[in-house]
Amino acid sequence: MMERTAVEGRSAEAPARSRGLEPAIRVSGLRRDFGERTALDGLDLRVETGASVAILGPNGSGKSTLLRILAGLLRPSGGEVSVLGLDLPKETHLLRGKVGYLGHEPLLYRDLSPRENLQLSAALNGIADDQAGPRIDALIDAVGMGARAGDRVAELSAGMRQRIDICRAILHEPPLLLFDEPDAHLDPEARREIAPLIAAGDGRTRLVVSHDRGAATEDSDFVVELG
Amino acid sequence: MTAFVALLRKDLRVELRTLRSIPSMALFAVTAFVIFRFGLDREQLSGELAAGVLVPTLLFAALLAINRLFVAEREEGGFDLVRLAPVDGTVLFAAKASALVVYLVVLELVAVPIFALFFLDSAAGLLPLALVLLLADIGLAATGTVISTIATMSSARDLLAPLILLPLLVPLVIAAAGAGEHLLAEGGPDYGRFGTWLGLLGLYDLIFLLVGYATFDFLLDD
Repeated sequence: MMERTAVEGRSAEAPARSRGLEPAIRVSGLRRDFGERTALDGLDLRVETGASVAILGPNGSGKSTLLRILAGLLRPSGGEVSVLGLDLPKETHLLRGKVGYLGHEPLLYRDLSPRENLQLSAALNGIADDQAGPRIDALIDAVGMGARAGDRVAELSAGMRQRIDICRAILHEPPLLLFDEPDAHLDPEARREIAPLIAAGDGRTRLVVSHDRGAATEDSDFVVELG
Repeated sequence: MTAFVALLRKDLRVELRTLRSIPSMALFAVTAFVIFRFGLDREQLSGELAAGVLVPTLLFAALLAINRLFVAEREEGGFDLVRLAPVDGTVLFAAKASALVVYLVVLELVAVPIFALFFLDSAAGLLPLALVLLLADIGLAATGTVISTIATMSSARDLLAPLILLPLLVPLVIAAAGAGEHLLAEGGPDYGRFGTWLGLLGLYDLIFLLVGYATFDFLLDD
């Protein structure tokens, strides 16, 4: 069992589960500006492969911005970022398909069903049809959405959408999970169902943004506090 | 299933399910024909006047779909979905442009016969006109997809898309209306300069397909 450490401030190093491997994430002096507002300023972070890291901080402290930069969805304004050994933003195109990203808003088409959304995601990630079908069925069952898999996403509750979006994020079995409040809208039973699906380990690294300090420290090897 | 097929199927499926674009395009075109019929006070049109009514009407109807083309991508995270996946952004360009061509063909299957019913005394020019319209559709879809992507990133998207798009479409409109003028000429189609106009349309399509291919991945970037 890894030692849990809470770090205050802007520089952090997460302990390794798999010693000797290239760190999953290496960030140095990261800065991101939105016009005149600075969301991240001089962040240093090192996360070893297989680690589970919780990111805490008040609203506006740059947690979601950090995840979007690490996912290759946002360009940093300054500093150095390396994810899975790839330098961002130069090698963002090589990172595609290797990250399981869960944002604030679900990346689901509202007029498609959960199953259709997952089929689309599987096709985009190059998963062969014969593998995608069973994998989608298994995930839908695992999150308890079998009965609603054919309904339009627009007809689902926020919690149900979150479950399907989590399925979407892990469908292609990425080595890095970047999750922004995965527990949002989920009831305790759903949280228990989903926990094993999004756990770190076996070479899979996990960064989770959370507002729940208790749950974050319990589920993570390491806590990074922003703001 | 390839990413292109999956994205195209998604768009067609959503349109079939919601009927957000094609019915409003068709309704717009038919309403415009009714207004032209009474506004011009003519029961028959031919030559440049016929082409001048048909081509701009189809163009303005197409703007309704172009304005809506990336609404779901913007509001439901479709751009991020593509940017996270190991596919080139041009796959999205190809799928969106193809979906738009399908919308336009369906629109024309409804609107052109109604136009003929309202204004033409002979349907002889309609078959070759279909080829002209298909080439115009491809150019319109390629240009519309690129401009719609740019406009989507702006808060003034409803204004921006037509403002940038319409000037770019002028050569396309000239070529399509030029070909249409001869095909809908009084007394039957005249194929004199048909090849020239088709060549011009083909060249326009090629240029804007290449522009889309070359720029789309960059447009999707942060």
